[in-house]
Amino acid sequence: MTVIFGIFLLTLLLITAVAIVRTKNLFVAVMLMGIASLLIAANFFLLDAADVALTEAAVGAGISTVLFLGALSLTSEREHSATSRKALSMVVVTAAALVVIYATFDKPAFGSPDAPTQTYVAPWYLDKTREFIDIPNVVTAVLGSFRGYDTLGEVLVVFTAGIGVLFLLAGGQQGGRSKSNVGLSQHLIPRVVGRLLIPFILLFGLYVQFHGEYGPGGGFQAGAIIAAAIILYALLEGEEKALKVIPQRVLLGLTAGGAMLYGAVGIAGMLLGGNFLDYSVLSDDPVKGQQLGILLIEAGVGITVTGVLLSIFHAFAARGR
Amino acid sequence: MEILGIYHYWVFAILLMIGFYAVIAKLNLIKKLIGLSLLQAAVFLLYISMGNVEGASAPIFGYGAETFSNPLPQVLILTAIVVGISTMALGLGLVVRIKEEYGSIEEDEIQEMDHR
Repeated sequence: MTVIFGIFLLTLLLITAVAIVRTKNLFVAVMLMGIASLLIAANFFLLDAADVALTEAAVGAGISTVLFLGALSLTSEREHSATSRKALSMVVVTAAALVVIYATFDKPAFGSPDAPTQTYVAPWYLDKTREFIDIPNVVTAVLGSFRGYDTLGEVLVVFTAGIGVLFLLAGGQQGGRSKSNVGLSQHLIPRVVGRLLIPFILLFGLYVQFHGEYGPGGGFQAGAIIAAAIILYALLEGEEKALKVIPQRVLLGLTAGGAMLYGAVGIAGMLLGGNFLDYSVLSDDPVKGQQLGILLIEAGVGITVTGVLLSIFHAFAARGR
Repeated sequence: MEILGIYHYWVFAILLMIGFYAVIAKLNLIKKLIGLSLLQAAVFLLYISMGNVEGASAPIFGYGAETFSNPLPQVLILTAIVVGISTMALGLGLVVRIKEEYGSIEEDEIQEMDHR
C-alpha cells in the first residue's frame, strides 16, 4: 500500500514540476510550488523522516510561498521573454538525466539495511544517543549535540542571509507610508478563520519547540511555524499591526539574540571546564547536562529562525508600500 | 519495494533536471529561482531516500520500534531546508533590487541595457 502511495505522490510531484516550468504565469508557478512542497513533505513522511516532513511543510508550503508572492508583487506576475536556446538546453538536460539514471542502477537496493549509508556511522549514533544523551529523538540529539558545531554554522548562515536581505531591501524607498496596508481586514471569513487559527498555530509552534526531544520537532521547525502564524496575522490585519505586536527592533534582537544564546551555551561549557559546545559539564550529571544544553540551543535556533523569517517578510512587505 | 526504490532515484534524476532546465533555459529571474528550488528539492529527496531502511521506523525511541531509519541524512536535510529558504530570500531580494534598477527581470532585456 505504501509502495503504491509513494509512486502516486512521486508521479504527481513530477507532473507538478513540469507544470511549474511550463507556465508563463508566475503566480500560478508559485502556487504550484506550494503544492510540490506539500507532496515532497508527504513523501518525506512515508520515508520515515518525520522531522524533515514537518520542516518542509512549514517552510516550503508556508513561508516560501509568501516570500515568492511578496517578490512577485514587487516585480511582475508574468514571464515575458521566450525560452532561450531551447533545443540545446533540452539536449544537455536529457543527457545529464540519462547519466544520473544510468548511475542509479549501481546504487544499493532501496531500503536495504546493508547499504554503506546504513552500516557506517549511523548505528554508532543510534547506540550512543541512548548512552550519552538519553532522549528519544535521535535526529534532535545528532543535530543539537553530536553535530552541534554544524548546527551553529547553519544558524549563522540563516542569520547572515537575514542580515543580507535587510541590507538589500530595508531603507532606501521610504515615504510611501501614507498608503496604509490594511491586509484582508475588510473580508470577514478569512479574518474569523484566521483569528481562530492563529492561537493554535502559535501553541503548536511552542509544542514543536519544547517537545522536539521526544517527538518530531525542534528549533528549526518551531521557528518556521511561529513565523508562519505571525505572517498570517500580518496578512489578515495589515502589516502595521503585526509590527506593533513585534516591532522591528525586537525582531533584530531576536535574530541576533538566538545565535548569541547558542554561542553562549558553547562558551559556558568552556568556562565550566569542558570543550566548546560540550554540554556534559553544564550539570553534575553529564546526561542531564546534555539534555539541558540541547534544550537551550534549540531555543536559540528557534528564536533566530523566527526573527530572520519575520524580518525577511517585513523587508519584502515594507518595500511594496 | 524494489520498483519504488528505483523509481525514487529516477524521480530524483528527472526532478533535478527539470529544475536545471528552468535555471539554464528560462530568462525570467524569478523562474530561475523557482527552478533552483526544484533542483534543491530533488537533492533533499535523494538524501532522504538513501537514509530509508525497509520496515524501519522514524529514528525516535520509545514507540516500540526495533529498527530505525538513518538519522544522519535527516539532520543534514532538516537544516538545509531552513538555510535554503533563507538564501532563496536573499536571491529574491536581489531580483527585487534588479527590478528597481533596470525595470525588468528578464535576463535578455537586462543584458541589452548593460551593453548599451
